Amino acid sequence: MSATAPAAGPAAASRFEPRIVAFVCNWCTYAGADLTGTSRIRYQPNVRVIRLPCTGRIDFMLVMTALANGADGVIVSGCHPNDCHYTSGNFHARRRWMVFRDLLDFAGVDVRRVVFSWVSAAEGAKWAELVDKVTDEVRALGPYREIHDLSGTGVG
Amino acid sequence: MSVRESDLRATAARLLETGSVAVVIGYGAGTLGRRRPVFVRAPAQAGELVFDDECHQNLATYLLKPEIRRLGRPAVVAIPSVLRSLVQLATERQLKDGDVLALVVGDDGVRELADLAAVRQHLAGLPGSLHPAAKTEIARLSAMTAAERRAFWSDELSRCIKCYACRAACPMCYCERCTTECNRPQWIPVASHGLGTLEYHLMRAMHLAGRCVECATCSRACPAGIPVHLLAVFAEESVRRQFGAEAGAAGPAYALSSFRPEDQEGFIR
Repeated sequence: MSATAPAAGPAAASRFEPRIVAFVCNWCTYAGADLTGTSRIRYQPNVRVIRLPCTGRIDFMLVMTALANGADGVIVSGCHPNDCHYTSGNFHARRRWMVFRDLLDFAGVDVRRVVFSWVSAAEGAKWAELVDKVTDEVRALGPYREIHDLSGTGVG
Repeated sequence: MSVRESDLRATAARLLETGSVAVVIGYGAGTLGRRRPVFVRAPAQAGELVFDDECHQNLATYLLKPEIRRLGRPAVVAIPSVLRSLVQLATERQLKDGDVLALVVGDDGVRELADLAAVRQHLAGLPGSLHPAAKTEIARLSAMTAAERRAFWSDELSRCIKCYACRAACPMCYCERCTTECNRPQWIPVASHGLGTLEYHLMRAMHLAGRCVECATCSRACPAGIPVHLLAVFAEESVRRQFGAEAGAAGPAYALSSFRPEDQEGFIR
């Protein structure tokens, strides 16, 4: 993983490379990310894309599971409002995120590591920009040890 | 025995005598000065009923249990949280109007609320918030930094042994199959380590958002004294703050299965 990032001088070898999981919808963001590739736009390779039918299908437990299994950051992305392939999946998802993000913050989970966005099938450049930005942000935050090490704490 | 108590016992005995209800669910004397639920099925048993300021448990939890339903029409001693649960359970199509007789014990005797209209009317005259102390505590936690909140919750949840008493006590946790028990995929780790407890409590709070009646029966049931109700009450508050008061528990529609195109957030990029 760490060897695949674009080299940026001697410091790059020891640099922390975050693992980012992206849950994206099949119809907009996945196609947008595809466009990024066919447009030959380069972006940091730290993201693992998981394609799901719709943002309305993205259960909040998927986000928790990703973080618990070693992700340092999570991106959740789908169609812009009014562009949902299933008419209203993203509207439902938005409501869920609004409550879930609030709750995560209240429970002390670092919400800077969970990023939500709308990326359409035409926004290949936006996808590259988003991944680059999130990767840099999470790299600056460091590994998410607070969650990764949790299974070693408590009553057991 | 107080006047309220003797009124309640007389009412229960009469209801069972006439056969208009098959069981009266109420509070009885428990250990250590606490109250426990009693299920009165014969007039002679009505003397077991107790009613005082120690009666906190939300008895609506029992209404959906198959072993209670099998008995016939129940009457339930209804503190405000029970009344709110009745409305919410009816909204979720778990109870039919008139299924349950609610007994509201007051200084002026026992009021019998036979249908939802009567329950709603009675609720309208009560204060909206059931748990002002929880709101104060939520405000205190919200004012902390994220790191302080993390420390608070990891300290509190470190005592959780995942006995699921909070879930068993909750009138809204009536699913016959819970995400917690789902093992294909295993959403929630079985062990009560830090991750398992955090995921369990977050999951429960999310599933109660927009449905929680804020009775705090979950944290009273907790043998480790963890204030688990704060998570559910916070999620409920979050729904009301963002989607309007009518989106909360007992509102016309479940907030997370409905939407408005104009819902406003400030974090989606």
